[in-house]
Amino acid sequence: MKIKSKWILIGISGVFLFFMLVLPLISVIINSLKEGIGFYFQSLASPTVKSAFGVTVLAAVIAVVVNTIFGIAAAWLITRFTFKGKHILSAVIDIPFSISPVIAGLAFLMTFGRMGWAGALIARLNEALGTNIQIVFAVPGVVLATVFVTFPFVSREIIPVLLSVGKEEEEAAALMGADGFTIFRKITFPHIRWALLYGVILCTARALGEFGAVHALSKTRGETFTLPLEIDALYLSNSSESITSAFAVSSILVLMAVAVLIIRNVAEHQAKKNEENH
Amino acid sequence: MYIEMRNIEKSYGDFKASKEVNFGLEKGTLAALLGPSGSGKTTILRMIAGFETPDTGDIMIDEKRVNDLPAADRGIGFVFQNYALFRYMTVYENIAFGLEVKKIHKKLIKERVMELLSLTGLEGLEKRYPNQLSGGQRQRVAFARALAPSPGLLLLDEPFAAIDAKVRQELRSWLKEMIHKVGITSIFVTHDQDEAVEVADEIIVTNQGRIEQIANPFEIYKNPATPFVAEFIGQSARMDGYHKLKGFEKGDFTGAIIRPEFVEAFKSDNLKFQDVMRCSEEGIIEDISFRGNYLEVRLNVNGVSLTTRRSLERRPVSVGEKMHVIVYRIYAYDDKKAYLLENSLLNGANIVTF
Repeated sequence: MKIKSKWILIGISGVFLFFMLVLPLISVIINSLKEGIGFYFQSLASPTVKSAFGVTVLAAVIAVVVNTIFGIAAAWLITRFTFKGKHILSAVIDIPFSISPVIAGLAFLMTFGRMGWAGALIARLNEALGTNIQIVFAVPGVVLATVFVTFPFVSREIIPVLLSVGKEEEEAAALMGADGFTIFRKITFPHIRWALLYGVILCTARALGEFGAVHALSKTRGETFTLPLEIDALYLSNSSESITSAFAVSSILVLMAVAVLIIRNVAEHQAKKNEENH
Repeated sequence: MYIEMRNIEKSYGDFKASKEVNFGLEKGTLAALLGPSGSGKTTILRMIAGFETPDTGDIMIDEKRVNDLPAADRGIGFVFQNYALFRYMTVYENIAFGLEVKKIHKKLIKERVMELLSLTGLEGLEKRYPNQLSGGQRQRVAFARALAPSPGLLLLDEPFAAIDAKVRQELRSWLKEMIHKVGITSIFVTHDQDEAVEVADEIIVTNQGRIEQIANPFEIYKNPATPFVAEFIGQSARMDGYHKLKGFEKGDFTGAIIRPEFVEAFKSDNLKFQDVMRCSEEGIIEDISFRGNYLEVRLNVNGVSLTTRRSLERRPVSVGEKMHVIVYRIYAYDDKKAYLLENSLLNGANIVTF
């Protein structure tokens, strides 16, 4: 009975995953090659796609760096100190998880746009310094939106590890006269390194694929579009060639996702192994 | 005095964790801070270590006031309750850490670590990680790590709490021997009186933030200074109507405490006790419980309930049986002090039990 239900469940999950996930992804690859391999590479080499690729990678890299630094600091603060409003801070960090990315995009639009308070501030700054800093409908806006939606990933991965490890080792090291940086480098970091890597990977994956928040802040194709926006634009232009191009660009994101998935599994496996050994 | 606490007071909000704490320890003493949980013993240890600051009073180490000195500069080795070994460092790296932080020459570090490894019997384990060690070995590493920078004072927070009962016994004697061998002044916190009695040279009994008594284990056991110590140490029980017992008269006391070893019960035909038969009185066995290597026998003597231990080698007894009972001594106390009351009838009598 038990064995039978096991196989039934395996069957259901297998069929479901195949039709819902694997088949659509395969169809992306097949569709991308419909006009031949030459056209495939030609699509990828178009100026708008190249620009979108650059913007996407830039936004992802900045988001990962910013959120790693912020994530470690926030996790450290939440797990190692007691202060009033700690629970509120902890809840605020999670906002990007629960809020629709489009709303995040609109919020930035309202803040940094011509009508927003920060927009007016930046306009005055530009006037004073003679610069031309643009946030909304420019690359900085895209980066901000990406940082926003990937905000909690790193800290959420590290916090449970720091909690379970406890602070005794750090106290012991401090008593022996070690300074804060030495303690972090030699005592704390070895505990969190795999969780940190895992958080960085999740953050990267999310940054690469973000659509909603970026969509609200990015309007110029070939300048501020990211890959998901470029795919959308290609697809909506409605000629059969550009639809194939959309699939070609999509296949890049699919391949990136598969790569991230593999690294993620390795990191997860390592983290588990690590925990067992220490 | 190597370490001295002078008029220490410490509060956490409304809670007074330390009240008028005064004590001193000679160099080389191994002392136990003994008390129930919440009695302030850990607070005292943490103040000496520098994790907490007293509200008033002076902490003196080697005749220097250390109140304002950060923990790392007090020359203290600390063994944490769960050892807090660095899990991502080998045994060698754990012991070397405190020396590396002080930027000592690598060669000297190696010498010192090797010396400690051989002292603690950990040779050959230097490349292991803490999770590859037994509980006892971990304690040894924690001990070696605390000693590595040659501190003047060693503090241990419940050093045996994380070890299972069987190994604990062995480690107690090991630690005592080790500390005396190194000759370092040490203070450990414990709530287990057996541990304190067995390991320590001096016991500092704490209760409700105060120090009740400081003395060697024998004194603490034999001459408890306060009602609290009398009741806390040994298998002590409060008793009512001590004056109803033969050989004791009512004094100006508020209560009395008795321990099982103060009560002797024997059968009327027991020849060993014939000389003191006149000092005994009748007790009826109310209850007998098996305690493994002895029986615990509860008797009713003249309306007073008394408990004694009976060796399994002696003749069997049964509930309801009439026995002869002699009470050797009791502790009577007033509000402040405890007093030892010997059985007046036994003055000069020579009792050989068994």
